[in-house]
Amino acid sequence: MASHLPPKSSTQHSQPASAGVASQAHEAPKGLKRWLLTTNHKEIGTLYLVLSLTMFFVGGLFAMVIRAELFQPGLQLVEPEFFNQMTTMHGLIMIFGAVMPAFVGLANWMVPLQIGAPDMALPRLNNFSFWLLPVAFTLLLSTFFMPGGAPNFGWTSYAPLSTTYSPPSTTFFILSLHMAGISSILGAINIIATILNLRTPGMRLMDMPLFVWTWLITAFLLIAVMPVLAGVITMMLLDINFGTSFFSAAGGGDPVLFQHLFWFFGHPEVYIMILPAFGIVSVIIPTFARKPLFGYASMVYATASIAILSFLVWSHHMFTVGLPLVAELFFMYSTMLIAVPTGVKVFNWVTTLFRGSITFEPPMLFALAFVVLFTIGGFSGLMLAISPADFQYHDTYFVVAHFHYVLVPGAVFAIMAGVYYWLPKWTGHYPNLRLSQWHFWLSVIGVNLTFFPMHFAGLAGMPRRIPDYALQFADFNMVTSLGAFLFGLSQLLFVLVVVLCVRGGEKAPAKAWEGGEDLEWTVPSPAPLHTFETPPDFQPRRH
Amino acid sequence: MSGGSYYVPASSKWPVLASLALGTMMVGTGTLLVFGMGGLPVMVIGLLAVLGVMTLWFRDVIHESRSGLYDAQMDRSFRWGMGWFIFSEVMFFAAFFGTLFYVRTFALPWLDGEGAKGVAALLWPDFTASWPLLEPPGEAVKGPHETFSPWQLPLVNTLILVSSSITLTVAHEALKEGYRDTARHWLGGTVLLGLCFITIQGFEYHEAYTHYGITLQAGIYGATFFLMTGFHGLHVIIGTLILIAILGRVLRGHFTRDDHFAFEAAAWYWHFVDVVWIGLFTFVYVF
Repeated sequence: MASHLPPKSSTQHSQPASAGVASQAHEAPKGLKRWLLTTNHKEIGTLYLVLSLTMFFVGGLFAMVIRAELFQPGLQLVEPEFFNQMTTMHGLIMIFGAVMPAFVGLANWMVPLQIGAPDMALPRLNNFSFWLLPVAFTLLLSTFFMPGGAPNFGWTSYAPLSTTYSPPSTTFFILSLHMAGISSILGAINIIATILNLRTPGMRLMDMPLFVWTWLITAFLLIAVMPVLAGVITMMLLDINFGTSFFSAAGGGDPVLFQHLFWFFGHPEVYIMILPAFGIVSVIIPTFARKPLFGYASMVYATASIAILSFLVWSHHMFTVGLPLVAELFFMYSTMLIAVPTGVKVFNWVTTLFRGSITFEPPMLFALAFVVLFTIGGFSGLMLAISPADFQYHDTYFVVAHFHYVLVPGAVFAIMAGVYYWLPKWTGHYPNLRLSQWHFWLSVIGVNLTFFPMHFAGLAGMPRRIPDYALQFADFNMVTSLGAFLFGLSQLLFVLVVVLCVRGGEKAPAKAWEGGEDLEWTVPSPAPLHTFETPPDFQPRRH
Repeated sequence: MSGGSYYVPASSKWPVLASLALGTMMVGTGTLLVFGMGGLPVMVIGLLAVLGVMTLWFRDVIHESRSGLYDAQMDRSFRWGMGWFIFSEVMFFAAFFGTLFYVRTFALPWLDGEGAKGVAALLWPDFTASWPLLEPPGEAVKGPHETFSPWQLPLVNTLILVSSSITLTVAHEALKEGYRDTARHWLGGTVLLGLCFITIQGFEYHEAYTHYGITLQAGIYGATFFLMTGFHGLHVIIGTLILIAILGRVLRGHFTRDDHFAFEAAAWYWHFVDVVWIGLFTFVYVF
């Protein structure tokens, strides 16, 4: 059957016009309008990835300010008020601007290619989801220029810091977060509809590449918890502007209620930022070990278990707030349970490597570093899960070390592994090998120099979110700052690799990696603008 | 599964315009709340732009649908999309129900000194927990002097909304059987019931402010009351607008006996709003 797709360019009018309105030959707009108006999953995926990289550097700049101030004890560079704005905006920008859009960008590019779909299920909605984000982040960053400065209460926005004692710009922060939330919900709906409805004939759910599986479950989490965030920040907005008392005990409300609602969103949000990373690593390791993934079904079930458990653990962020004993116990045990499916995953990755013919191309380097370093972050998470011990760790740099280990050499390394893995498919060129290796090794060294000493500073009692600290923490902080500068600078190499790869380099064939077995390796490199206009043949692999 | 005819629309200006319109509305709202009345015109322009762009966007979709561009697979995409959208709405209201239950079950009894959390009780030793909370702990917060009886206007509104779900189902069945006139009438009746509900709710809000002292500032009872009924009311207004749009399409002869997903989607939404109300009536008004 003829396709209704618009021709790619004026030279490709060969598609037969089908009946009715479908045949109106749309000329794809050029220049800026092409990007503003596009409905193509690959172009939208690229937009997401470019936005994410931009925000990664904006948020990274804030981190550099933080580390420069903490290089030595004493107040040197910035006012404490501005320091607080830096920690807050660093968190918000990195979570909502860098990590989440990167995964959505990868999903846009790769989910249709991996399931043999012509595009996302709802392409215009897809474009809307993207363009909400630049507007939202412009609004968020504009708060720096408002009286009282940007939000300064930490990304977790605990009441009453975020209500009674918040700067006037908090209202704008709430509204911008609403826009980012709408974007996430609509994007997630699109991804679910695509995965459930647009798989090529013969591809059952249990045949899907794990990246697709993890995104299916992530999308469910997004739809379940982003509305809760919308609800709780709306209550903040009302407390600030309309005199309600949701989070004020004087009116019968409770500041702790904010924390419950926030972490009911916030904990699944943590898995929103790591499950797609699991998916990326689970497709890269088999490719470069040249073996099918060990325990495919158990990987799927483990992902689903983690998602379900993520709704039952939120109060482990609040052990010291004054919970009833029974809550301390429940949330301690439920949190520890998550180690079981996570352990299954790590076991499966390692077992996939066992007796494989392994090669160490850049995507594999990042994937292997992910497995090791994410596991460190997982273990410190287990330590934090122990409620009585958490009374010591709470709000120290140990917590900062923990979540940066799962987010930077965890989520961010997985994103970079994915970018290195799929760059040949996107650009038609391999990334420069030598530069990629430099980027990898500098990043690995930088990331560990930055975050490993934080464990010690935290265990010794250094509180988080402070611009100054006691003298005994000076050495740890100097090492951390040096590592952070190294890591930050190394990311310029990443930009260089990507730019060079877009402009040229060693040509990649359709099957860019010898062990790549998924559907994306059956289309040419670079992937043409429109792929799988008719569904491809699919033979299920034996897992 | 796909037969290869899945419709992928050409590039469109509506998404990016919708995003700009929403951004304008947000900037206007923020300015209005923080800096003063200067934001009001910006907010109104943004809102009108959002509505305008949505109308034009939906017009394109309706046009494509009527041109036969959508196949059964596209229909499934819309169904999944609408279904998951409603699930997101369910979770939005779940946050508010959670708030209500938390306040009533934990926060207020703890303020009253119950359990091992006596510290909170030290703030206001004379405070007694009750629901509806007529006397908030802080002296500065003036509580409501009276609350609604659920068996008057709220009951009437419950009957109206439940009836409207029934009339809508009758309209849907009629459409499926091909009785377009019947469908039109019952759908029109549903819209009228929706409008009645909104009017009565508006009247109740007026009563709340003038007679009962239930206001946004009247402590946690007023706050949860207006939060929950307010967002529900907003959803009834949106649902009624959707039903009016669907009625307009029925009057123009759109929809066939077995191809009318827009109608069904509107019905799903309306039933969802109805179910939320049952929850509200039970936990906000009765218990």
